[in-house]
Amino acid sequence: MTRDDDMLQATRRRFLIEAAALAGVVGIAVPLAAKPTSATPASMRAAIRKIIGEAPLNKGKVKIDVPPLIENGNAVPLTISCESPMTADDHVKAIHVFAEKNPQPNVVSVQLGPRSGRATVSTRIRLADSQKVIGIAQMRDGSFWSGEAEVIVTLAACLEGV
Amino acid sequence: MRPAAAVVFATAVLGATATAGEIPLADRKSGYEFMARETRAMQDDDTANPGMLWVLDAEALWKRKEGSAAKSCADCHGDARASMKGVAARYPAFNAARGRPVDLEERINICRTEQQQSTPLPFESKELLALAAYVGQQSRGMPIEIADDERTKPFLQAGRELFTQRQGQLNLSCAQCHDDNWGQKLAGAAIPQGHPTGYPLYRLEWQTLGSLQRRLRNCLFGMRAVSYPLGAPEYVDLELYLMWRARGMPVETPAVRP
Amino acid sequence: MARALINAPAKAKRGEIIEIKTLISHNMETGFRPDNTGKPVPRDIITDFICKYNGQEIFRAELFPAIAANPFLTFSTIATESGALSFEWTGDNGFTATESVNITVE
Repeated sequence: MTRDDDMLQATRRRFLIEAAALAGVVGIAVPLAAKPTSATPASMRAAIRKIIGEAPLNKGKVKIDVPPLIENGNAVPLTISCESPMTADDHVKAIHVFAEKNPQPNVVSVQLGPRSGRATVSTRIRLADSQKVIGIAQMRDGSFWSGEAEVIVTLAACLEGV
Repeated sequence: MRPAAAVVFATAVLGATATAGEIPLADRKSGYEFMARETRAMQDDDTANPGMLWVLDAEALWKRKEGSAAKSCADCHGDARASMKGVAARYPAFNAARGRPVDLEERINICRTEQQQSTPLPFESKELLALAAYVGQQSRGMPIEIADDERTKPFLQAGRELFTQRQGQLNLSCAQCHDDNWGQKLAGAAIPQGHPTGYPLYRLEWQTLGSLQRRLRNCLFGMRAVSYPLGAPEYVDLELYLMWRARGMPVETPAVRP
Repeated sequence: MARALINAPAKAKRGEIIEIKTLISHNMETGFRPDNTGKPVPRDIITDFICKYNGQEIFRAELFPAIAANPFLTFSTIATESGALSFEWTGDNGFTATESVNITVE
């Protein structure tokens, strides 16, 4: 699984460089060469395990609202919402967001409660590459729920010189 | 070129309502229209627009006493919301003392050195960008209006030449992308028409507020052409031409762009 | 100067869910970006954000380098009583910033 991902990464990188050369915009080569090592799905799974321990991760209840095609990975608007009545007995205690291929998988962790009214949080995040963004909601009853979204990140055409 | 011939040439070129390749006035679109819905939402909401953080900074800078004259901007100009209304919409403008047009950042520094008896603020410094954004924001929504000034005509022509000349390793001119191929894609991103309606602006690529000069240098880098040094008159000539090219379009400062 | 912009309603009805938008200036240096020599620029980010409603914590966030520069956070709370909404950001290198707005609840 990991080797396939690495090959996909290398192929995508090569494609981008070749496409850039064709387009004549050589500036794109600069940030790609300086790109740091990215997280693997395995390190993201480890980061998730750190939060949820051995508890099962149920799919559902969490919605990730992010544009499918991003103009610039430096500031990606993200809204994460979770179905919940947000009462004292039944509410979302925390939401944790992860990005599969960023250098570090954690994005943000927020703590909510019955005073929140709604389990909805918005922010702007950085995405280093096209990848999956995952949100995990921690409920008062100790259960964990997850939702995800697949995002494509493009690069600006005219970049800064070094 | 002999002076007489130069005048005839300049009049002929500038007198024409539209040279080949120039975008017809009615077809002009701001870079705003090429952005994704979410980026537009960032610009539209003053409490989500990071550029407004610099405007907030400038509200304090405006009142700060500077230099050996111990004067603040407010001491001469009072409330910026009244005194600076429409100012950014007509810059770059001719400066008689310099004998050439200056852009807004240069004009702010002229005030700093001559009125406040202080040092000029460095280009791209947080404070200069903040003041330019603050003054620019006072013109938000107003149409860009470069004065029909005889004295600026040669500089306007110089700017137009810079825009249309082929340069750099790729032998590209600004006009080839921004007049002839706007709307099409370059490496996945839409090519805008290149109207500086919102400067200084928050460019997501920079993760900070930046000036038109900085953006032009990015373009020159992308074209593999030699950049002029910071503060070079060539940038102001080009800015003058670009603002004239965008005449009538509303100011958007502080804008957000990808 | 770390400046913050807060968007919260000045007035609300008791029991109404209000949306609070916060924006603060900060570079959020990730620690992964290489400088001119290729060495990574050291991490310098805001790590924590707390919102209190009349002294009671109603929202908390832990931020990582993946949060974009000039962190923007929007969340909600129930308007329970008139008073003050206070905001505190803390981060690397001893960074702190605070802001506060008033709210009238009828």
